[in-house]
Amino acid sequence: MQRIGVFVCWCGSNIAGTVDVEAVAEALSHEPGVVHAANYQYMCSEAGQNLIKDAIREHNLTGIVVCSCSPRMHEATFRKTAAAAGLNPYMVEIANIREQCSWIHKDKATGTEKAIILGRAAIAKVTLNAPLIAGESPVTKRALVIGGGIAGIQTALDIAEAGFEVDIVEKQPTIGGKMTQIDKTFPTLDCAACILTPKMVDCAQNEKIDILSYSEVTDVKGFVGNFHVKIKKKARYVDETKCTGCGLCTEKCPVKAVPNEFNLGMDNRRAVYIPFAQAVPKVATIDPNHCNMLKNGKCGLCAKLCTAGAIDYKQQDEIIEREYGAIVVATGYNPIKLDNYDEFAYSQSPDVVTSLEFERLTNAAGPTNGTLLRPSDGKHPHTIVFVQCVGSRDTSGCGKEYCSKICCMYTAKHAMLTREKYPDTDVYVFYIDVRTPGKNFDEFYRRAVEEYGVHYIKGMVGKVAPQSDGKLMVQASDLISNEQLHIEADMVVLAAAIEPDKSARPLATMLTASMDTNDFFTEAHPKLRPVESPTAGIFLSGACQGPKDIPETVSQASAAAAKVIGLLAKDKLTCNPCVAHSDELMCNGCSSCEKVCPYGAITYLDKEFRMPNRTTAIRRVASVNEAVCQGCGACTVACPSGAMDLKGFSNSQIMAEVDAICKMK
Amino acid sequence: MGKFDREQILRTSGVDVLKCMRCGKCSATCPSYDEMEYHPHEFVYMVEKGETEKLMNSPSIYKCLSCFACVERCPRGVEPAKVVAAVRAQVLRQPGECRLSPDDIPALLDDDLPQQALVTAFRKYRK
Repeated sequence: MQRIGVFVCWCGSNIAGTVDVEAVAEALSHEPGVVHAANYQYMCSEAGQNLIKDAIREHNLTGIVVCSCSPRMHEATFRKTAAAAGLNPYMVEIANIREQCSWIHKDKATGTEKAIILGRAAIAKVTLNAPLIAGESPVTKRALVIGGGIAGIQTALDIAEAGFEVDIVEKQPTIGGKMTQIDKTFPTLDCAACILTPKMVDCAQNEKIDILSYSEVTDVKGFVGNFHVKIKKKARYVDETKCTGCGLCTEKCPVKAVPNEFNLGMDNRRAVYIPFAQAVPKVATIDPNHCNMLKNGKCGLCAKLCTAGAIDYKQQDEIIEREYGAIVVATGYNPIKLDNYDEFAYSQSPDVVTSLEFERLTNAAGPTNGTLLRPSDGKHPHTIVFVQCVGSRDTSGCGKEYCSKICCMYTAKHAMLTREKYPDTDVYVFYIDVRTPGKNFDEFYRRAVEEYGVHYIKGMVGKVAPQSDGKLMVQASDLISNEQLHIEADMVVLAAAIEPDKSARPLATMLTASMDTNDFFTEAHPKLRPVESPTAGIFLSGACQGPKDIPETVSQASAAAAKVIGLLAKDKLTCNPCVAHSDELMCNGCSSCEKVCPYGAITYLDKEFRMPNRTTAIRRVASVNEAVCQGCGACTVACPSGAMDLKGFSNSQIMAEVDAICKMK
Repeated sequence: MGKFDREQILRTSGVDVLKCMRCGKCSATCPSYDEMEYHPHEFVYMVEKGETEKLMNSPSIYKCLSCFACVERCPRGVEPAKVVAAVRAQVLRQPGECRLSPDDIPALLDDDLPQQALVTAFRKYRK
């Protein structure tokens, strides 16, 4: 039989104002098993806690019920109090008579009656509590960062700085991500490459960082502190350890007409290539879809030319297996495809470009060496129309329902830089709303208007019609002057919405990390745990969690690193003991629990059981990995045989609570 | 009266005018723009504000070509052309503005006239 103590808190007048605390303590003192009941002004204060400790010792209590505020507030406090007095911390139950009672009732009689019922439920539950002991699991002191853009780079550098080893897995031949393609960064207009490439080099030179470029994660097993990951290192047909990055092969390769991904297909590269001059690692990669030697065995020129002997046509994909304590997702974003927006004539005219393409057209390392020229005829454009929100804030099903966040600022940047370099150019920006809520952001946008004379027009472009003279007829509305405009433009730039990288969805499945309907990773708490996935040990960095500009991405990347460092600094992890447990004798091996588990905590194993008449039988039974289980309880609901139960929240305990609430007195 | 018309227009069109985010793409895309006193985005906004009388008295309701370009391109799925059509229907269906009496029907009947046309005409003009 349990010996239960009940402690009713006044919370000043928060509870005592609407609940007769003395009456509650008096009523609960007559419940079966209750040997002690007290009330106090502030139970969470030191004096209040001492009251509990003394009572535990004096009355030999085996369980306590604290009638106070929400367990979110002080459950941990009272568990520590109990532990200090020698009671198992999981023999503590909280009856929430503040948020769920005193704060929402006005009438004292009603409040008191409800508080007594809530207290009774907690007593019924604690009667069935069993002491729980939290387990421990070791931590592998190495982190994996998936994605080598600015987010992944910053996270890796910060983790390495703290002295932990970290691997970056990047699917492209080089790290750097989208930022390598950007010309200048708002709002200060410093050159993207000038601030990014030193960080890329830092990654390459840091002893703690291992860059696995041209690689993809193919399998993730394990749990927080103990992930086991398989990484496919794709064959690049060049020995990374031998290649010096001299670039001779990339100049002499006879296959010249391969669309260059780095310049978004606006110029060509060879079949063997280094994406750009500052690539890290600076190693050539052979594109097997275009290399003559790999396709039909006829060529081999690069192997003959390479003085380092790095070319290896026989190279195979390689699977690397490694152990990690923490995984950071930094898979980034891409602009959406514009197939659903025929009205903007993107597929009809080469002079209608996306903003990222415009970025390359103004970049010194781009296809036009930084001189802004129309893709169709190589002439200077004199009228440029920028269209914002192309596919963003679109609930019609053609685009994305969210605001892509970065477009207002980069469009202001493009418009401003165009006017600065080419003052003879008329620049129009069509906007629905200008959203510039960052540090020095609105000032930047206003400068584009006031100092650089960019024409900002409130309204949307309805259609873009290519004309026989090569001009683009832009039909748009100007909502403030209430007229329909017809502008003859030389170029149209579309601020395409951004979406998470396509690799994110399969990766989320591998990691059992949750995503929203737009395929952005969800955070554990939108305000208070923004860089952690609800799945323990998985952290989020950059635009994989939501649209972000560079300053925000870098802050979040460092925040994710801090969380990883906090995890890796521990030698052992204390597990939450309120986790699922399967009764093997009742389990029928149906796999229902495994299917609903959002954390991948349940596995099945074949186990030998003793049967009647000294026989044995092999049965398939569920087994819960307590380090992975988060105690959500989905499996206990799914289990048809009643084998699965949640420690600390067992079915019998919940039913006892319900019975206590429903019991008429 | 304005409030009644507003409710009727919202009901006939089935359009939720509150979904509009005021981008003006409907008016940007409208081929009849120059012919209209009130433009597609104004139809949506003025119905929302209950200024239906101005719309109902404007020739703009007969200038819409029902090409549905605005419906096709609206990023929020507002369907402005349906609002224009609903305002027009509201004018045509004013009580006492009966344009078809049952007594006229026998004279109109012939073998080529689909009965559906009569039913439709009744629905439109009889009030």
